[in-house]
Amino acid sequence: MNDTIAAISTALGVGAISIIRISGIDAIKIANSIFKGKDLTKVETHTINYGHIIDNDEVIDEVLISIMRAPKTFTCEDVVEINCHGGIATTNKILELVLLKGARLAEPGEFTKRAFLNGRIDLIEAESVMDLIDAKTEQMRKLSINHLDGKVSNIIRNFRQKLLELLASIEVNIDYPEYEDIEVVTNNNIKREINYIKRELNKIINESENGKIIKNGLKVAIVGRPNVGKSSILNRFLDEEKAIVTDIAGTTRDIVEGQVTINGILFNFVDTAGMREAHDIVEKIGIEKSKKEFTTADLVLLVLNNNEELTKEDSNLINNLPKNAIIVVNKNDLETKIRVDDDNHDIVFVNTKDINGIEPLKNKIIDMFNLEKINNSDYTYLSNARQISLAKEAYSIIKDIEMGLENEVPTDLIEIDIKRIWEKLGEILGDTYSDELIDQLFTQFCLGK
Amino acid sequence: MDYDIIVVGGGHAGCEAALASSRRNHKTLLITSNKNNIADMPCNPSIGGPAKGIVVREIAALGGEMANNTDKSFLQMKMLNTKKGPAVRALRAQADKVTYRKEMINTLENTANLTILESMVEDLIIENNTIKGVILENGKKINSKAVILTTGTYLKGAVLYGSTKISSGPHDERPSKFLSDNLKKLGFKIKRLKTGTPPRIEKASIDFSKAQLQPGDDVEHFFSFYNNKHYDVTKQLPCYLIYTTSLTHEIIKENLDKSSMYGGYVEGVGPRYCPSIEDKIVRFSDKERHQLFLEPESIYYDDIYLQGFSTSMPHDIQEKMVHSLPGLEHAKINKYAYAIEYDAIDSTQLKPTLETKLINGLYTAGQINGTSGYEEAACQGLMAGINASLKLDGKEGLILKRNEAYIGVLIDDLVTKGVIDPYRLLTSRAEYRLLLRDDNADLRLMDYGHQIGLINDEIYKIFNKKKESINKLIEELKGCLLNPNKENNEYLESINTPGIVVTTALYDLLKRPEIEIKNLSKFIDLNYSDEVLEQVSINIKYEGYISKANKEALKMMEYDNIKIREDIDYEKIHNIAKEAKQKLTEIRPTSIGQAMRISGVNPSDITMLMVYLKRNNNE
Repeated sequence: MNDTIAAISTALGVGAISIIRISGIDAIKIANSIFKGKDLTKVETHTINYGHIIDNDEVIDEVLISIMRAPKTFTCEDVVEINCHGGIATTNKILELVLLKGARLAEPGEFTKRAFLNGRIDLIEAESVMDLIDAKTEQMRKLSINHLDGKVSNIIRNFRQKLLELLASIEVNIDYPEYEDIEVVTNNNIKREINYIKRELNKIINESENGKIIKNGLKVAIVGRPNVGKSSILNRFLDEEKAIVTDIAGTTRDIVEGQVTINGILFNFVDTAGMREAHDIVEKIGIEKSKKEFTTADLVLLVLNNNEELTKEDSNLINNLPKNAIIVVNKNDLETKIRVDDDNHDIVFVNTKDINGIEPLKNKIIDMFNLEKINNSDYTYLSNARQISLAKEAYSIIKDIEMGLENEVPTDLIEIDIKRIWEKLGEILGDTYSDELIDQLFTQFCLGK
Repeated sequence: MDYDIIVVGGGHAGCEAALASSRRNHKTLLITSNKNNIADMPCNPSIGGPAKGIVVREIAALGGEMANNTDKSFLQMKMLNTKKGPAVRALRAQADKVTYRKEMINTLENTANLTILESMVEDLIIENNTIKGVILENGKKINSKAVILTTGTYLKGAVLYGSTKISSGPHDERPSKFLSDNLKKLGFKIKRLKTGTPPRIEKASIDFSKAQLQPGDDVEHFFSFYNNKHYDVTKQLPCYLIYTTSLTHEIIKENLDKSSMYGGYVEGVGPRYCPSIEDKIVRFSDKERHQLFLEPESIYYDDIYLQGFSTSMPHDIQEKMVHSLPGLEHAKINKYAYAIEYDAIDSTQLKPTLETKLINGLYTAGQINGTSGYEEAACQGLMAGINASLKLDGKEGLILKRNEAYIGVLIDDLVTKGVIDPYRLLTSRAEYRLLLRDDNADLRLMDYGHQIGLINDEIYKIFNKKKESINKLIEELKGCLLNPNKENNEYLESINTPGIVVTTALYDLLKRPEIEIKNLSKFIDLNYSDEVLEQVSINIKYEGYISKANKEALKMMEYDNIKIREDIDYEKIHNIAKEAKQKLTEIRPTSIGQAMRISGVNPSDITMLMVYLKRNNNE
């Protein structure tokens, strides 16, 4: 990673100027070799320099070049930013020149990767920048930016500080037992502090689930017998809402049939085995398989036909529905022949032929996932599965502490668990080294050979 | 060759080093400036305490002398932290300074292969970066295969009080003037440290009625293992507790600029964990009073050690300060308090065996490595003596791990993190202190002690028997099942614990906090020693926590097992922060585990190091 990387860091063809960013050991040398103006290798750090980009003797563009020498730069390496006059052709030409002089085209997120690996930003911030690059909706973007500010990091750091103070007090009691004027940490003190952290951490975990929704969207599975109108429901969603992508390979193994945003939240309609009309989930794959589909989805829509009586297969499906399901009775323009007895799930009547026919379903979904609230809240929470799972692990250690307190275990033993929480929270921040972290890096940043 | 090993200095480190080396059949010379000051305790008259007491037990388990010697010379014994968990219990003795010295000298003189020489070492003989011996102040050369420096506070030692500064060791002893300069020439980084000691008061001049009595424990304790000794607990000498007064604080505040420390006369860095009284009053100005302990030093003279009152004030101010204390209004100061400055080397220039990285065969131990405390010094001396002699035998060094011994924690801290102020061992320095208990020091370390030949077969046999008994009793408790019948439940209720509803093993019953192992004698034959019962009880009661600690320790061991090649070029790893690169290059950690513990090396640096190692392994 001792090479120099370059990329266009503004959206191509948009705006009056474009910026080409170069980072690495040769960044300044490379910029200087295509620049007519001051000798950039000699200018002060953090200066903006006026001049022209030239290709041999031909002037390509009039530019401002920012020179930022290591280490006080985003990547902690020498960084050069060429501000040129935009336009796809000119910008591309300048990038080509830079690459020709020895820079390598940066991979997506590579500047961030360097910033992280050089210790400029912590893991949460790095993950957020990666998220920002991938952000598909406005909500996702907001969430990522809040992380970049280190807001989450600060909350977690605050917990760690509190725990550290508690640990220190316990240690003082052990190391200086003869000093009776030092406040003795009792299990009651611990209980008070731990209760606070428990409450706050619980809040973070709960709200983080919302964060997860914002970042990854919701996975929706539509199930039902053939010809009840599953595709029509999907198509109605796609028609009404702005479909973002139609055939992208998602992050999961599922094939995403379509993505829509409702109230700013991304809904991924996945292809369940029963989605395609040609296959009959009930007859061919059976209940077991559809139950499995149920467990991986955030929302299951069971579609029934208003115009038909409930079949044995329908009942079977209803009985096996997970909690997070809505029963959608379609074709309510036709005569009602169906009778559904199910107190455990919401039932909505829709008509996919009507232009506003799925409005009740949409409202139900907004209601169910509290989308109004998610939309309006301040996003300062963990949004990544690794972080959330660490927070949950920390939370589960609190239960160990509570059990210890209940059994009147000596304070210095309970401290073992307090230290464990402190370390787990450190892993979220990347302040404690862990294997999981390096694994994460290897997958996210492609560090291997 | 005159000697196999020369030990320079006769303090607690030097004694252990010389004994370990000579007992391992190496011809050993101990050089001290004054034979009468061998094993002297120039500061507090106590041995042990939190963490330190456990170290003394570890020294015993490895075959060192400090535990035996304390057992021969104590005035009072006390188990501390008894109300807390088993992990932090620690023994502390008030030791008779005179007896302690005499007993140690006696032991040294009666050890085969060991010679004592009164002299001062001022230079080393070195050829090709290998030690060849020492040069005395009179120019005489003595050859040896290894040298262990345990110079204490004597390297350019200087005593300070008020604006007075005298070149001296403790007790007006001559300091070594040139050795530290000569070490500097060899490439050692020399740092200046400071420590201090409180005044000694004439016992008869103290009104003890104004002090609170602090007696010893009314049960017997020993540092050494399996010794069959006994003593009369009623004959222990007491300590006393008093508090500073507002007048004391006023006097100190008024005269702050007269103290060596605050007057700017001290260059050395003092210990954070053992501050002077003026430090305490400045740093904790909201505290109305500070605790002080009056401790007897010896039965052979009448000095009372005023623990907690270390100062570098001029003598006239010390008089005023002492007289402001309750019961000490008319006290006679036998010896004034003073601060002492001395040279130490940078301990990160040492290998985990305490051999210096610069000079083959040269070892250092004790205050020269930047530690404070008799126990810290003794255990390093022991390890240096063991490792120097193992090296001469052509054997691998003995390096204790952080989850095996406080000694391992201490030495790893020294060679990995280095010290800024004099290093005191604290329980909080150990990550897995539940594993490093006072009660299991023998179980942790006696195998090593026997292996290296410092624990004799007789003791080792007792040890193995104890181990067998522990395992046997655990199995018995697992196998003994209790039925939920009326008789059993009536008994359980009679000892204030709820009855059982299903058949329960005694093993599980013992996990109840309110049940003590002796309560189970109704159901099972408990014909075992108290030590065995205690060990079994701790292991069962805290099984969950112990296994957690073991799990964490295992995780650390995994990192310790990822070795870093000695010739690794950190310059080639581009994304390690500059400071980390510098530290790694200097310290040259042998494993990822050690690298993680270096201060200034951040997790992101470790990540990069791991990435580098993974890539290189793939190549």
